[in-house]
Amino acid sequence: MNDRIELARNAAGRMTPVVVNGKPQTPYLGVGKYQPTGSKAAPPIRSNRDYPRNGDKRVADLETALRHCGLRGGMVISSHHHLRDGDRVALLALEAAAKVGVKDLLWFPSASFPSQKGAIELMDKGVIHHIEGSMNGPLGDYCTQGKMRGMGVLRSHGGRWQAIQDGDVHIDIAVIAAPTADAFGNADGSHGKSACGSLGFALADSTYADRVIVVTDNLVPFPCIPWQIQGNNVDCVVEADSIGDPAKIVSGTTQITRSPDRLRIAEFVARFLRQSGIMRNGFSFQAGAGGIALAFVDYLRRMMKEDGVKARFVRGGSTRYLVELLQDGLTDYILDGQTFDLDGVKSIASDPRHIASSPFTSYNYHGKGNFASMVDAVVLGATEVDVNFNANVVTHSDGRLLHGIGGWQNCLDAGCTILALPSFRDRIPVIVDEVTTLTGPGELIDVVATERGIAVNPRRQDLLDAVKGSDLPIRPIQDIKAEVERICGGKPARPKRSTRPVAVVKWVDGTVLDTVWQVA
Amino acid sequence: MAESTTTAGEAGHWGKEVRSDAHVAVEPRDRGGLEIELESRVAIYYGDAIRTQVAQVLDALAVKHARVSIHDEGALPFVLAARVEAAAKRAALTRASAVATLEKAALAQPSAKNRLRRSRLYLPGSEPKYFINAALHLPDAIILDLEDSVHPAEKDAARILVRNALRAVDFGTCERMVRINQLPLGLEDLNEIIPEAPDLVLVPKTENPGQVAKVDATIAELKTRHGITRPIWLMPILESALGIESALAIATASPNVAALTIGLEDYTADLGVAKTPEGHESLYARSRLVNAAKASGVQAIDSVFGDVADMQGLRHWGENARAMGFEGMGCIHPGQIPAVHEAFAPSQGEIDKALRIVAAFEEAQQKGLGVVSLGSKMIDPPVVERARKLVERARKMGKA
Repeated sequence: MNDRIELARNAAGRMTPVVVNGKPQTPYLGVGKYQPTGSKAAPPIRSNRDYPRNGDKRVADLETALRHCGLRGGMVISSHHHLRDGDRVALLALEAAAKVGVKDLLWFPSASFPSQKGAIELMDKGVIHHIEGSMNGPLGDYCTQGKMRGMGVLRSHGGRWQAIQDGDVHIDIAVIAAPTADAFGNADGSHGKSACGSLGFALADSTYADRVIVVTDNLVPFPCIPWQIQGNNVDCVVEADSIGDPAKIVSGTTQITRSPDRLRIAEFVARFLRQSGIMRNGFSFQAGAGGIALAFVDYLRRMMKEDGVKARFVRGGSTRYLVELLQDGLTDYILDGQTFDLDGVKSIASDPRHIASSPFTSYNYHGKGNFASMVDAVVLGATEVDVNFNANVVTHSDGRLLHGIGGWQNCLDAGCTILALPSFRDRIPVIVDEVTTLTGPGELIDVVATERGIAVNPRRQDLLDAVKGSDLPIRPIQDIKAEVERICGGKPARPKRSTRPVAVVKWVDGTVLDTVWQVA
Repeated sequence: MAESTTTAGEAGHWGKEVRSDAHVAVEPRDRGGLEIELESRVAIYYGDAIRTQVAQVLDALAVKHARVSIHDEGALPFVLAARVEAAAKRAALTRASAVATLEKAALAQPSAKNRLRRSRLYLPGSEPKYFINAALHLPDAIILDLEDSVHPAEKDAARILVRNALRAVDFGTCERMVRINQLPLGLEDLNEIIPEAPDLVLVPKTENPGQVAKVDATIAELKTRHGITRPIWLMPILESALGIESALAIATASPNVAALTIGLEDYTADLGVAKTPEGHESLYARSRLVNAAKASGVQAIDSVFGDVADMQGLRHWGENARAMGFEGMGCIHPGQIPAVHEAFAPSQGEIDKALRIVAAFEEAQQKGLGVVSLGSKMIDPPVVERARKLVERARKMGKA
């Protein structure tokens, strides 16, 4: 990689590369400032005369499927993370590509996981040129140590859909792991030994990729009912012994945090929603599967019961705790982006009020609206937040890649965005002067809830008014920061970092929000 | 390399599961100054700060030549200082204290003898990660424990850590209690902690007034020597049949005794009976303790409820204890605090009735009536007195 990459300062004041992996970039312009033009990308026209009339698209194995789909060097191969750390299909596909003998692939996963560290060897061998998708663990270290040939591109779930739609990324071959499928390619995630719930992350790929391969370990006779992936978009179907390790696909049960400090944060957030009046009949909220978020749902459920309040819908990451809300009649619907535990999987398979959604319906910038802005409140995590409420979710404060963006950026569009965070971790303060990697602009982040108090963004005078006179510990964010710095023995030193970009963070609209720099 | 003259001293903990602690090894040297070797998960943020602090602490300890290896797991400054000092002492390099290198946290008002003591949250004296956020959960008191939760081999290190915490950790409005060890070890604990002015000392396994008098005299002497003017109250813990039988003498052994409490694990062991959730086996002991406490004008405080998961059982235990005359109990997890406060609070009905009684009494006083009546009922003086106490207590809890 060329060490002299041209940089420009974007609207957030961050230095970002002007060109990424040979493509000119638009620097971040501000929230809602970027106006896309032109037409959406589209796959080539296909004809049913080229597909078997009996609907049987099975081929022997992944290598045959990739050859059949015309795999060549330099192509873009996509995969999806609905099987999470249990996924076997993405690596199998990339290894099959290696056997075909191609080089310089761009791997475009919806997210990568530590169990896919085998991709490092494929990068070392030149099979994979670089990864555009979230990286953490060993892959994250590989990228931040500057060992990847291309630049990493981190996108939100909605941003991935946007990139596919506006042609920023053109997928040559999509490989979709399917817990259940028929020979025509109809596929679904709610049944089968590797059931994982929604396959929403693969929907864009199934409609926009040149070629689509479905891999399943549970082939059923046509029709696969229900089908979330339509076989009409699918080129080949491959049967595999196992698409993943069920123990890592879903957790048996998701666990509420037992830490008293984190429980306290969760309770603060629930009380904030109640006392600000956001928790009212017909409201909606989103919370993920982290320990604090789960505990928040549990507290809120009790408050909803006490106050006789019912939600119109809740958004997941579904877990047992959201399913309980549905079963207790405390919400009309679950709109589910991904399914985290067995209770969630069982519910989505059996309860028509538990709906599989996708990044298109929920998050996409190029949609005619999306659900994210219609959610009343969302509870999220972050690694750092600054005094202007800008937040970092992708890197440690030392600059190493830690998390994917997931739906995090997209969720910031909710009516009230709450970051629920311990005020320090291992002596490292969470509230800082300036975040290491800007992932979310402060103007979209309304509340920071810590165990030492709740800071409300001064831009949200309406929220400040709503909780005025309540018994909640509302404090200026600078106050909490100063207290934590006292406890931790002063401000932390700023880690030194190089001037060499190794990855970029895209904003939801495809512009470049920030840069991840090489770490020694 | 310089020859080491004595064996190295080590203190603290490290490892993947350890949080907010550090392991420090100090190896004495004859010459060559200080060599500090640091491995820390927060090195890039606080590496320089840690080196500076360790050098300061060693200077205060008058350690001139040593090799110091630190495995830091995000220890806060008061913990790091304690681990360095304990390791240096174990290496027999110093008898000095480095407590003065730590900045003093703001102290709450001195504690009143009869202050509200519904809950006291136990913090094991060798587990610093629990110290820092303990006060956020708003117990009436935190209790830094040097006794049963600390391994015998860790007593010296825990004593230093607790001393540093008393100085540097902001425990907010909580009363700062320390449970010392049984005498005579407990006297060494006092030497270390009294200069940092804890609000109350729990004296375990008290069986006779002489033990209380000994602790009281030692504290008085240390207070004078170190210029401590804040009161330091005593709460003897009765944990044996003999202790219970001596309850009255113990409660009156010093005017600094503010409360009596009971240790049920040891007490039931002494009786040779099982400890049950209903607590019938300790009914006599607890009643005797309450009676002795009230007879001496001090508070009666109950033991702990050991099953953190059983909130219903905790509530039941607490309500029962309050009905017996106890005014508070211990908590072994922050999650128990709200339930304990609820259990020891008078109900709104009781508060309302007591307010009516007090109002009726005041009205009768104004009118110069000798007899107080509420509706058709005559109110006796002890009923008025009880109502006054209840209202006063409810006010302290912010309930009336």
